[in-house]
Amino acid sequence: MKRSRLPLVVLAAVLAFFYLPILVLVVNSFNAARFGGSWGGFSLIWYRRLLRQREIWQALENSLLIAVGATAVSAVVGTTAAIALHRYATRLQRLHYSLIYTPLVIPEILMGMSLLLFFVALGLELGRWTIFLAHVTFCISYVAMVVLARLQDFDFALIEAARDLGASAWVAARRVLLPLLAPGIVAGGLLAFTLSVDDFVVTFFVAGPGATTLPIRIYSMIKHGSPPLINALSTLLLAVTFAAVSVSQRLIKRSAS
Amino acid sequence: MKRRPWQRRRDEWLLTLPSLGWLLLLFVIPTALVFAMAFRPVDPYGGIGAGWTLATLRSLGNPNYPAIVWRTLWISAATTVFCVLLAVPAGYGMGRAPAAWRSRLLLLVIVPFWTSFLIRVFAWKLLLHPEGPIKRLLLFLRLTEPGAPLLYCSAAVLLVQVYTFLPFAILPLYAAAEKFDFSLLEAARDLGASRATAFRRVFLPGVRRGLLTAVLMVFIPSLGSYVIPDLVGGTTSEMLGNKIAQRTFVDRNLPHASGLSALLTLAVLAPLAAMWLLQRQRAPWLAKEGE
Repeated sequence: MKRSRLPLVVLAAVLAFFYLPILVLVVNSFNAARFGGSWGGFSLIWYRRLLRQREIWQALENSLLIAVGATAVSAVVGTTAAIALHRYATRLQRLHYSLIYTPLVIPEILMGMSLLLFFVALGLELGRWTIFLAHVTFCISYVAMVVLARLQDFDFALIEAARDLGASAWVAARRVLLPLLAPGIVAGGLLAFTLSVDDFVVTFFVAGPGATTLPIRIYSMIKHGSPPLINALSTLLLAVTFAAVSVSQRLIKRSAS
Repeated sequence: MKRRPWQRRRDEWLLTLPSLGWLLLLFVIPTALVFAMAFRPVDPYGGIGAGWTLATLRSLGNPNYPAIVWRTLWISAATTVFCVLLAVPAGYGMGRAPAAWRSRLLLLVIVPFWTSFLIRVFAWKLLLHPEGPIKRLLLFLRLTEPGAPLLYCSAAVLLVQVYTFLPFAILPLYAAAEKFDFSLLEAARDLGASRATAFRRVFLPGVRRGLLTAVLMVFIPSLGSYVIPDLVGGTTSEMLGNKIAQRTFVDRNLPHASGLSALLTLAVLAPLAAMWLLQRQRAPWLAKEGE
């Protein structure tokens, strides 16, 4: 029986659609012409100019600082949440689950707006701290979901067994549960870090005039800045992302074998 | 060693409290605040005044708003339709690919979305630029006129929305297609169904849940879209999200922004509630086997 070729044609077209814009961006970052419409020869001029932009490095520093903090806190809070959700089937956990789940589906702008109102009502000064609080809020849900998925094949009888053999609750958690959960926590933490570094909408609402993160800087460059500089910055970010991903893939493969 | 019930209860609370407390404080209370602030007057310094008023509620009747709400709904609906139309065959193709290829294809779908969201939108701004490659190609093929804009219109918003949200439709449909037993399609063909009938009557019902997830994963975030219409849309393609940002940052009218956010929250909760009801019928909130 002959299969239709249509799905494969659509799939190929979709993949081309996904990669085309990124390809154009990378090619244009090496284009000496200021406007992307024509090819002015290969050049690294935009990279050189980019390195001289102090604000970008400052924004990157803010982004990394916030992301490290938000990842650490949300990894702990998200993991305890996942354990509670998996371990207990009570009314409380039903409520808990909907609270964890809802931030994943509501549009970001609603979270940004509501947190802005909250911080304004409390009279908090907007800045790095409010960005940190906001990032932890959406990262908890992602970490909890990733760790929960990992827990699906965890057998809590192992903990009971450790306790029967005389381990205290703390020792059982640290020596049995944590090592088995570690890959899930690392995966959830990586996701939280990525989301925090890349977040624009929520950050934009709670940042205030003082603190600029990398996405906020990129946004104002897109609005007012010079396109070739953004091309160069994007290409650098792409290179960093791909390097990080391939290293982590290799690490995962090594720990699996 | 059996734990006593009160100990179990205490452990449960200890494990639940950090996340529950955090989300109550920084998610539930702020969301409630959005609804409350919509009834507060604005103060002249861009803050929130004392007392209560219905001024915001009344100003939502402003004839500008129905047009923006309507546009937000149709752009979101159109985005969802295009995403599903592309994601169903793509998910089918991935699900039917040989096992060794599947993970590679999955990676190919995910990788572009590891890049920054803003940068992907910016890339489209370059592509659709009046002197950009797409315009030149269309002019060369005589498919467009020199003056016709590609950027800063609703069509550009729709295109970039589809680009951004398509993976959210492909992933659940691929997950469903991967579990689907494709020999059912062959059985249907053997029993005399045409290829189209087998696809429509056997495959689509088989991936029903993936389809539902895909629709919600695209439609809901799309309702709250703000960056895409802001960067590639014009004044005639503003969505609800743009108005919220404009009231917040340009007019410094937080009560008004709250009123619009409350409206958006209600628009988002409706499909969400529908999904909860549908899922409750099929499976309890979480499968809890082995407990």
